[in-house]
Amino acid sequence: MQLSREALLRAYRQMKVIREFEERLHVDIQTGEIAGFTHLYCGQEAVAVGVCEHLDNDDKIVSTHRGHGHCLAKGCDVNGMMKEIWGSRDGLCKGKGGSMHIADVDKGMLGANGIVGAGAPIAVGAGIAAKIDGKGKVAITFSGDGACNQGTTFEAMNMAVVTKAATIFVFENNHYSEHTGYQYAVGTSGDIASRAEAFGMKVWRGDGTDFFSVYETMREVLDYVRVPGNGPAAVEFDTERFFGHFEGDPQRYRGPGELDRIREMRDCLKNFRKSVTDAGLLEHADLDALDAEVLEAIEESVRQAKAADRPTAEDVLTDVYISY
Amino acid sequence: MAKMMYRDAVVSTIAEEMERDENVVCLGEDIVGGMGTPGGPEAIGGIWSTSTGLFGKFGADRVIDTPISESAIMGAAAGLALSGKRPIAELMFADFIGVSLDQIWNQIAKFRYMFGGKTKCPAVIRMAYGAGYNAAAQHSQAVHQILTGMPGLKVVMPTTPADVKGLLRTAIRDDDPVIFLEHKALYGVSGEVPDDPDYMIPFGHARLSRAGQDVTIVSTGLLLGFCEAVADKLAAEGIGCDVIDLRTTSPLDEETILDSVEVTGRLIVVDEAPPRCSLGADICALVAEKAFASLKAPPLSVNPPHTPIPFARELESAYLPSVDKIEAAVRKVLGYR
Repeated sequence: MQLSREALLRAYRQMKVIREFEERLHVDIQTGEIAGFTHLYCGQEAVAVGVCEHLDNDDKIVSTHRGHGHCLAKGCDVNGMMKEIWGSRDGLCKGKGGSMHIADVDKGMLGANGIVGAGAPIAVGAGIAAKIDGKGKVAITFSGDGACNQGTTFEAMNMAVVTKAATIFVFENNHYSEHTGYQYAVGTSGDIASRAEAFGMKVWRGDGTDFFSVYETMREVLDYVRVPGNGPAAVEFDTERFFGHFEGDPQRYRGPGELDRIREMRDCLKNFRKSVTDAGLLEHADLDALDAEVLEAIEESVRQAKAADRPTAEDVLTDVYISY
Repeated sequence: MAKMMYRDAVVSTIAEEMERDENVVCLGEDIVGGMGTPGGPEAIGGIWSTSTGLFGKFGADRVIDTPISESAIMGAAAGLALSGKRPIAELMFADFIGVSLDQIWNQIAKFRYMFGGKTKCPAVIRMAYGAGYNAAAQHSQAVHQILTGMPGLKVVMPTTPADVKGLLRTAIRDDDPVIFLEHKALYGVSGEVPDDPDYMIPFGHARLSRAGQDVTIVSTGLLLGFCEAVADKLAAEGIGCDVIDLRTTSPLDEETILDSVEVTGRLIVVDEAPPRCSLGADICALVAEKAFASLKAPPLSVNPPHTPIPFARELESAYLPSVDKIEAAVRKVLGYR
């Protein structure tokens, strides 16, 4: 099905926001002004956006430590996120969560997560809730080729099948679980989807560097899971991580020229631009205008983050309980 | 008032709250029991008989029998609670927190704080704990000491059927996550339970089960009955004990403890968990810090030893605090010069 011009522009803009958000963080983190651990999503934008463009606020997602892209794609506010990562009191989580714990439950974003593999069971619960409500909503858990090896993920896949939860397991294989290659760590010769299939789910595969592959694959997955009674499904997207596991990772595990090659050949934004301009769907000028607009939006988010109120010692004590 | 067993107070409260609020759902291993067998659903109905009849009444959508996957049960409770439901998850034995702790500790307990107070996680996690069944080191433990130290959780330890009713109802209606610890050796104990369908006991309010002027004894759960027996015996000698049933270890009713110690000047804490970094150590420290001037003797904690829980009857009996050990402790603080 052909996407409208508006839908194409929106998808490109969403991917570009994630890209520039992360590229800017990569620069700013090196100044030492941003505290803590940060894991950048750069390179995987087509997955987050190709999935979330199908969702509304009543569909839930559960994310990972590499969660900025999922958060932005699900509608979390750019300025609120940048402020959160800068540790501001006005951040999306009042500076209490930081990069690894950004959440906006009203938007259906049930949290990035600092524990690898913790998200899948949570998405089973959200998927059971969606099944009970019977409105065709879904819960999606994003997991990498690292989290796919956690026992929690196995338990979650089985429990989703047994309970017929409306849960979708989206596996983003970026080829590195932290600093270890997927062909070493994923025992099924690196094949995650076949493992999910063995749990009794229908599975799909797609190219995670191609927005259209992700988007069209997810249309099929969602058509299936939104039917009450069908239960869960899984999909594996092959994708690329442009930065290290965390900011500061020396990445000595990379092959010679690898980063230049994937940036050249496997960049979802370049691929998108080529596809839509070759097909005459959008002009380069349309996309250039969006690029400029997004860069300014990110610049503005950093300006706001730097100027925002800092939390106080009293803030430590609030938000633990609703009443105690 | 109706007379019922501790376990029946659990299941009747769950049923009443499921009736009242359609968002309340239950999940756990064998809570239906018999799924996928010739015997069929409810062939068992939960090994503690704390979910009997729920499946027939509320159906498979709301009474979810799960595989043996404790992490996924707790994670599913987390996801249900973030999605507008009010899950009651059962961990068959409290000892199994070991396989599910991440979801309890790093997820459920912390969502509200990590997300800047913008969400709630109204999950109840019920678990059967405690010794007395000779079930050995992996099926007998009192785990409140681990969970009480986790900010974000409330920890409830009812002693009587009436308190099960009032505290479990409060737990289910509470918007914060609650750990509800049921002592497995108390499931068969009967007692009067209020009929009021809205009977609730607020958290952080201890119950004075015996009143006296000479010694304060703080406990909860199975051992509370031991403390009451000691208090009754000493009363005949003219020694008066305040016996305080904590009901909840988080929040802790500091006021009731301190008020009592200010009168008695002597404190015994009787705790089923091992001694290091324990409830006993915590409350003794509290009293030393805030009621030092009232003390007539050093505060004393009666705990099992720093060992795993042994199997044989003689060994388990020797491990647990007993009526004799509690009485000896009371006499020790009374005799302090």
